[in-house]
Amino acid sequence: MTKYKVSFPHLGNYYVPLERLFTRGLDVEYVVPPAITKKTLELGSLHSPDYICAPFKFNMGNYIETIEKGADTLVQTGGVCRLRYYGELQSQIIKDLGHDVRFITLSRGALSKPVTLYQSFKEINPAMSVKQIGSTLPVVMTMIESMDKVEDFVRKNSGFQKAPGVLETVQEDFMQRLRRTDSKKDVKKLYKKTTDHLLEIPLDKPKNPIRVGVIGEYYTIMEPFSNHDIEKELAKKGIVVDRWVNLTNTLFRKDWKRKKRVRRYTKYFMGATSMFTVDQGLRFAKQKYDGIIHVKSFGCTPEMDAMPVLQNISRDYKIPILYFTFDSQTSDTGIQTRLEAFYDMIMMRKGGLL
Amino acid sequence: MKTAYLGIDVGSISTKAVLIDKKNKILARDYLWTEVDPIGTVKKLLYSLSDQLAKINEHHQDNPYQVQAVGTTGSARRLIGSITGASVIKNEITTHAIGTTSLYPEVRTIFEIGGQDSKIILIENGIVVDYAMNTLCAAGTGAFLSSLAQRLNEKVEDIGEIALTSDNPTRLAARCSVFAESDMVHKSQIGHSKKDIIAGICQSVVTNYMNNVAKGKRIIPPIIFQGGVSKNIGVTKAFERTTGHEIHVDPDSHLIGALGTAILAKNSKDPRPFDFRISEADFQTKGINCDKCANHCEVIAVYQDEKLIDAWGNKCDRGRVI
Repeated sequence: MTKYKVSFPHLGNYYVPLERLFTRGLDVEYVVPPAITKKTLELGSLHSPDYICAPFKFNMGNYIETIEKGADTLVQTGGVCRLRYYGELQSQIIKDLGHDVRFITLSRGALSKPVTLYQSFKEINPAMSVKQIGSTLPVVMTMIESMDKVEDFVRKNSGFQKAPGVLETVQEDFMQRLRRTDSKKDVKKLYKKTTDHLLEIPLDKPKNPIRVGVIGEYYTIMEPFSNHDIEKELAKKGIVVDRWVNLTNTLFRKDWKRKKRVRRYTKYFMGATSMFTVDQGLRFAKQKYDGIIHVKSFGCTPEMDAMPVLQNISRDYKIPILYFTFDSQTSDTGIQTRLEAFYDMIMMRKGGLL
Repeated sequence: MKTAYLGIDVGSISTKAVLIDKKNKILARDYLWTEVDPIGTVKKLLYSLSDQLAKINEHHQDNPYQVQAVGTTGSARRLIGSITGASVIKNEITTHAIGTTSLYPEVRTIFEIGGQDSKIILIENGIVVDYAMNTLCAAGTGAFLSSLAQRLNEKVEDIGEIALTSDNPTRLAARCSVFAESDMVHKSQIGHSKKDIIAGICQSVVTNYMNNVAKGKRIIPPIIFQGGVSKNIGVTKAFERTTGHEIHVDPDSHLIGALGTAILAKNSKDPRPFDFRISEADFQTKGINCDKCANHCEVIAVYQDEKLIDAWGNKCDRGRVI
């Protein structure tokens, strides 16, 4: 029997653990979407409602390109904002375009209720085995955790390498090797080896480097193409880039104290990532970071709601916050201008000469 | 030999240039409409500044001024910086802050509205502590005023004075230029007078600015208003009405960005003496569409007298030209 060819849209480098989940856990083939380019976004925008948030357009582009690559089953996740409705709309659009593919939306599944998750997985491959998914999930989680830790290290140190690009090369190599690992033990071994390697790379880090925290909406913050590689641009200027949002922290860690921590600034849950945003913004402010960058896609309501709260934090802690809104047609120049000015401002505040 | 420094601010609508001495005093100044030809406009400005400098140097023949470094700013800063061999290529937020604080060290808030962008810069003890810039849309900027003025068959330079003659500004939608225009037509059709509508337009620029760019920012006087739109007295008065504070507009308010970048060029550790004869050279730019991947980066190559001098726009090394 030929296997289903399944695909899920890109989100940073997470296609590696996703590939493992689908191939080993669900016993289907996985079609890795072609790397996101301007063409992906153009295709996606062409077939999306104009005023929908940008992640929808990126996902749409990924779907169309993976269908061209031979995918016959497309998967969309659920979520706590408009993301929950993405699947319904996207499956309809794909059908209207005349593509004969299966479209599976995981909206009905919830991480907290394993049974619902199982039902969704069953839809992807009715012949799946519980044993297989049960043995694969821990490996996938370890993969996600180790790649998140590697990425975190690279973000914080990339700006201080003596030879630019070495950390990134090690990271890319790690991702390629990660695809070839077999067991949880393998992943852990590879992670250990990579960490040792990363720690050996010579850095030229000052005692009090400039630190900038990045906060904001789930997709835009994690998919570098959609935020114009803002983290790399920051690092290039010799900045420690800190970002808490990743799959490990948002999916696998429960933090019951968050609500209490942010209560001074916000009483009610504002949806999606807004509470993460406020909580992390507050942390960066309290830890005396030099600045915060807030990113969101155009029309992202939960993040728009978080902005006035951030303004209060900015005022109370005297920390500058730069707000970015991304859509499908922002040019690099405008972003460069604002980032450069942000950097100049931080330098001036630190008393450095221009 | 006395030293001078050149600052050029190439904006979307107009291009400004100043020559300063080492005490930041402006020796020569000029501005022209950019008219989608930044290189040609800068050349014309350089001719004008060169003439002005020659006249000044007539009085200092034994000790003439010589331009020691160039700074550029504005949306074409990279292009113009490349052809003038600039020591400093700086974003317009920083240059406006530097320029303003050199003239008004006590300033706390800068309103800046240019041809296509608007920003607010907050200053404490002479340093920038916060700023914001309009995003995604040019509503409420010089371009908005120009297009509505044209629709009203008035010169954009005149509408500020006309606005002052009205004591009952018409309320207009300020969210978006297109909505504002249809609202304006509607208000005129139901009988609002032209002067009230013009005053309404000036007010809507301010409303838009306060609701978008300045939203959530604490505005503390002294306030300096600059950029091309600051030449519009109607907008200045609307700002005063809205904020309840006095608004200062410098006679050189359109030149502050150029002044700022000239000061940065002066302070730069990389002085590169500048020769005005550069305006006689032939500059060509060529857009190259890199087709090594689906990103199709637009690479710009700059040629001086047919020799490639600079190129940019590629995201990765595969698209490198120079």
